[in-house]
Amino acid sequence: MLQINHLSKTYEGGVQALTDVTFEVPRGQFLAVIGLSGSGKSTLLRCINRLIEPTSGQILWKGEDITAASPEEMRRIRRRIGMVFQHFNLVHRSRVITNVLAGRLGYVNPAWSLVNRFPRADMEKAMIQMERVGIADKANQRADALSGGQQQRVGIARALMQDPEIILADEPVASLDPVLAHSIMKHLEDINKNDGVTVLCSLHFLDLVHRYADRVVALNEGRVVFEGLPQEIDDAKFKDIYGREAERVG
Amino acid sequence: MEKEKSSPWKSILRGLAFGLVVITFAYGFEVTNINLGELQSQRRRESLTRVLRTLARPDILEYEQVTVVVNAPVYMPCPADGSVPDILEPDRSQPYLIVTPACVESGGAVLVEGFGFTPFVSGPLRFVPGSDPTNVVTLGRENLETDASGHFSVEMTLPANRDSDDVQFIRATARENVGSPYFSRSAHETWDKIVETVFMALLATAGGTILAFPISFMAARNLMKPVKSPLASIALSAIGWPLGIWFGLQLVQWLAGVSAPYINNLPVLVASVVGVPLVMVVALRWALPQVELQPAAAGLRFARLLVVFAVVLLLIFGLFELAGLMSILGARIAAGLGSWGFLGTLLFQGGDILRLIIPLLGSLAAGGAVASFLGRIGQRMAENLSTAVARAINLLLAAMAGATLFVLGGALLEWFYQWGRPELTVYWPAAIGGGLGLLAATLASPKAVLPIGMVIYYVTRTILNALRSVEALVMAIVFVISVGIGPFAGVLALGLHTIVSLGKLYSEQVESIMAGPLEAVQATGANRLQTIVYAVIPQIIPPFISYTMYRWDINVRMSTIIGFVGGGGIGFLLLQNINLLNYRAAATQMFAIAVVVAMMDYVSSVLRERYV
Ligand SMILES: Nc1ncnc2c1ncn2[C@@H]1O[C@H](COP(=O)(O)OP(=O)(O)O)[C@@H](O)[C@H]1O
Ligand SMILES: [Mg+2]
Repeated sequence: MLQINHLSKTYEGGVQALTDVTFEVPRGQFLAVIGLSGSGKSTLLRCINRLIEPTSGQILWKGEDITAASPEEMRRIRRRIGMVFQHFNLVHRSRVITNVLAGRLGYVNPAWSLVNRFPRADMEKAMIQMERVGIADKANQRADALSGGQQQRVGIARALMQDPEIILADEPVASLDPVLAHSIMKHLEDINKNDGVTVLCSLHFLDLVHRYADRVVALNEGRVVFEGLPQEIDDAKFKDIYGREAERVG
Repeated sequence: MEKEKSSPWKSILRGLAFGLVVITFAYGFEVTNINLGELQSQRRRESLTRVLRTLARPDILEYEQVTVVVNAPVYMPCPADGSVPDILEPDRSQPYLIVTPACVESGGAVLVEGFGFTPFVSGPLRFVPGSDPTNVVTLGRENLETDASGHFSVEMTLPANRDSDDVQFIRATARENVGSPYFSRSAHETWDKIVETVFMALLATAGGTILAFPISFMAARNLMKPVKSPLASIALSAIGWPLGIWFGLQLVQWLAGVSAPYINNLPVLVASVVGVPLVMVVALRWALPQVELQPAAAGLRFARLLVVFAVVLLLIFGLFELAGLMSILGARIAAGLGSWGFLGTLLFQGGDILRLIIPLLGSLAAGGAVASFLGRIGQRMAENLSTAVARAINLLLAAMAGATLFVLGGALLEWFYQWGRPELTVYWPAAIGGGLGLLAATLASPKAVLPIGMVIYYVTRTILNALRSVEALVMAIVFVISVGIGPFAGVLALGLHTIVSLGKLYSEQVESIMAGPLEAVQATGANRLQTIVYAVIPQIIPPFISYTMYRWDINVRMSTIIGFVGGGGIGFLLLQNINLLNYRAAATQMFAIAVVVAMMDYVSSVLRERYV
């Protein structure tokens, strides 16, 4: 169970990106976070693993207050929270296998990892994860030699290496064409349904929300304007979320 | 309306600005001694022509030379009675000279013709004053050049103030090259020095790059901004650094003593150089398990810490033994390998360098280890203690840290100025530092994290900027004074300059890396060092290589002139030859510099294109 309580974030420049955000995510749920761009989706997801420091509020996970964790504890928490990014965020010049193994950095002994030594078990695990997402044959290529869809799979494999209990996916398919989008979403669905990993995924398209999400949280200018099942989003709710001028397509 | 009102002011201001510019330039003309007349003067032009012509003939190849010297008598002035002096008929079986007329008024001109010389040779044609044909003093300088039949004729003006009733002489010296050419002495010297120059640049670039690397991280805003620590942790680290460095130095000295008895014992040296790494690997395997899901028990952790400590001691011991081995082997190789002896010298020098570096590395490592250990304790305290206790401890620690830093600063001042007044360099700094520490601890709330990263960032930047404004040549002067004339001073100066300028360039590259991968690696739970190794370094390698190459290019150029101030390399030779008016030798060195710089330019551009 992940609980977000009265979370607010004000950036240094004074932009209030989140205002009093409160919701819960039960274990194993596939939660979609929707909203216009600039509504605070990325900020919200990054507050959960504290890539961004929240200004106020609390994030409780398994009874532990993430917002109060010391740097040392934070590293331990982060290693169970995988993250997938809109722009994949791979290290371009590194090989695919290195990018995937980076997912183990929170577990391995830092001293050995600095000289690029990983335990044999981790190497095998990396092969298994790459096979799972279908990129095992690319292991030794440079990450930037891969297509967008393939890069996002590397991103997913990296997150899987963390043995995650939660995956935060920040618009994982926004940079991909629709066909690839479904294949990536299916991987996330598989991880959610078969491994029981809680998924928080911010999405742009409502059809993807309907197709994959168990529940939806909608943000508008940093506030939660809707929380419920995907099919509960009617035209009135839609206009709350996306603004008066928005037209519903499809 | 408004426009009209402001326009006279504007004109006046403009006029003033124009006047200022004129004055500035006029003053510039004045202080730079611009004198176009000098450029026009006949004398200047002649000497310029002469120098340029000499420079165009660098002294690279030499021949064995056969010199033929022929004297011919001449009278100056003509005998007073108007008679024509009788001149012996020259021996026509040898090269000979005919001087017409045989006598002239003082300062008159004669035509000197030579016959029977070797074709196409050249040499000086001079007047020999006095009546001794073997006199080594000669006056004037004309050049003779023989044609295909071994003949030359030169119009020659004799000096005006050398009148004599006796016969005087004109001497032709013809120099003939024989055999095949060989490299001249100045070519050899130039070669030696140009090699020295290139290696100075190489060492300075290598050393500077290695040190600029970590420094550039400290000068990168994006990496330092997130570095924040509670006051207790910062204060303890600040105390930890000097403490650790002192401790490390003691340890290294002790180990130097321990390893000293075996320094000439070859079997022990070999055994320890082979054995130490083996033992280290085994011990580290145990002490640093690759994965650990649950934190180990305290006892085990303590045991591991001890083992790691022992391994470090062993490592330092092993390094001392390695240095000893290098010296011994180096000396033997240098003695035994003849022309490959420089390899042995390299090894020998390597041993020396290693022995110099060990205390440095040891003390820095110990400083870092103690500081990070204490820092971590401080972090824990800030996390776990109650606010009141944390505040009390903060006050104490911050005062101690402030005092420590200021006393160290005072020690530096004392070292520079030798006031010998402890109240100025110890007591007052301690009091002020302690006071500032107390102030900081009172102002900062006890558990707040302070942006220590930004402090380090600004300090590093400031030092880099200050040092960057010091020219490498000026640094070289300082180093020449501190380590003596020679290439070592040059290497140190260039190295320091390299660190400073690369530190700046590198840090700009670090600041411009993509933030995405950094964020992604952090999100996996990687610590700071892991993030740097996995997300930062792969991104900065290409620009770093490119900058290093560029710097190596600059260093080659710089090292060619750093010898002007005694920093070794070819510059010293060049300066010497210029001062001795030995322009042909100087031309050789300029030529060598041009070739090396052009080659460097080419190589570095090719490499940059290929690898970046
Ligand atoms: N690093 C930052 N500094 C200042 N403002 C930011 C920063 N990142 C995002 N913002 C602002 O915060 C708001 C929410 O941004 P974001 O969380 O990226 O929204 P979304 O992901 O929904 O597009 C936007 O107004 C954005 O301009
Ligand atoms: Mg976003």
